[in-house]
Formats: sequence, C-alpha cells, structure tokens
Amino acid sequence: MDNEANQQAEDAADAMFHALADRTRRDILRRVLTGEHSVSTLAASYDMSFAAVQKHVAVLERSGLLVKRRSGREQLASGDLEAVRSVRSMLLELEDIWRGRISRIDELIGMPVDPNT
Amino acid sequence: MPVTNVSHDLDALTLIIQAEFAAPVERIWGIYADARQLEKVWGPPTYPATFVDHELTPGAKCNYFMTSPEGEKFAGYWLITDVDEPGKTFSFDDGFCDLDFVPNPDMPVSKNVFTFTEVDGTTKATYHGTYASAEGLQQVLDMGVVEGASSAINQIDALIAA
Repeated sequence: MDNEANQQAEDAADAMFHALADRTRRDILRRVLTGEHSVSTLAASYDMSFAAVQKHVAVLERSGLLVKRRSGREQLASGDLEAVRSVRSMLLELEDIWRGRISRIDELIGMPVDPNT
Repeated sequence: MPVTNVSHDLDALTLIIQAEFAAPVERIWGIYADARQLEKVWGPPTYPATFVDHELTPGAKCNYFMTSPEGEKFAGYWLITDVDEPGKTFSFDDGFCDLDFVPNPDMPVSKNVFTFTEVDGTTKATYHGTYASAEGLQQVLDMGVVEGASSAINQIDALIAA
C-alpha cells in the first residue's frame, strides 16, 4: 500500500474506533444491524434529546458503520454489516496469534525436557 | 486441538482463550518461568523471540526481541504485575519498546492474566487479554502482521481443516 492509501485506511480506522468508543453508539449500532430504524424511533429509545441521538447517528454514519437514506420526511438508518465485521475480524486475527502460541506449547511439551536449558 | 474455547468481547476488547495441555500444571508453568522455553513458544518459527531479561516475579520487567527472516529486530516487554505461584496464575502488561528496551508510549499495552489449573494430570489454561482501545488492538495486529503471524495462522487453519 502506498503512503496515501495507508493514511486513508488509518483515517477510516480512526473514525470507526471513535464511533465504537461510546456505549450509546454501540447500542444504536446493535439496533440498526437488526434492521432499518427511523432516526426518530431511535431517538425515542434513549433518555436524551433528538439532537443528541442525531449526533450519535452522524458519528456512526461518518465511520461507515451506519448508512442513512431518506424516505419522505423520515431518515432511515441501517447498519453496514461488512464494516462491523472488520472489527470482529481484528479479534479473530488476535485469536489466531494466540492459537499459534498454544500450538507451540503443545509441541514443546511433547518433547523431552533438555536438562541443559 | 488443544484450544477448547474462545470468547470475544467486542465492547470490552477482550479475548479469552482456553486450552488443554496433556501435561501437569508444573510443566506448563515451567515454560513461562524459563526464558529459554518461553521464547520457543512466544514468537512464530519465522520470527523467533529472544528474552534478554526474564523473571517471573511481581515488578520484574522481562525484555525480549523478535528477529525477522531479514534479521530486523522488534522489541517488546512484559511487566509482571502479579504472580501467584501456588495458585498458578500471573498477570502482566505486554507492550512494545525500542531496541534499548525503553517502552514506546505511543504503542498500546495489553493487560493479560494467565491461569493454569490441573485436572487429572492435564492442564486447563485460560488466557485473558484486554486492550484499552480498539486503536490499540489494531496497532498490535499491525505488529502481528510484522511478526509474520499470518503465515503461522494459515498453517494452523490447514491443520484444523485436515
């Protein structure tokens, strides 16, 4: 990857992690991943102003985790599964590193202990 | 496969892996207590680890580096925060540092708790690792790619599929 593309990928990751660093935004994301919700329905689910919820939705939208479309007077929000999976994939990647270590322990205990080490 | 259970907590940025080893708990504990054995398991074969300083006691800083196939070195450290030898559990912060083993404050530090329990001559191991931020986790994975961990992963995947 060239530097510019790398920078863009880093910026995208920053936006995603900023979006997920908030409990309310994670909760909104969980809801919209199950299906499309209007922003006003979402706002009614939280003990905060419509404007505050709209701000959270905007942060999620900028991160690419949520997409919005307009239907008449309503704004409808839904989650982008592909984008969410990439967060999950990070923990999977970490898991793989750990599986490597565990399998090396398994190999090591199969070998006799060298008294010189 | 020795891995018996894996759980991911996306919100808490926590990975918990449980494994079973066909050896008594003293044998498994001994791997972590001995630098020469630990370095055999910590890094993948293509990026072997070398522990320069190592002591499994609270407050100890264990310094290590990994060497790439091209001979480039990447350094890290474990800061041992708690050791309960009778209970066979220890905790440490795992971070990155420069080649003089000065911790790099711009790199993330993970908090780890390893616990080992003996059951009928075998060992149940629980590895618990937590990252403070998703950015931190991403950085660690970027380093993981540097380590060449992915190639080791693919080999394991092939084993599982076989």
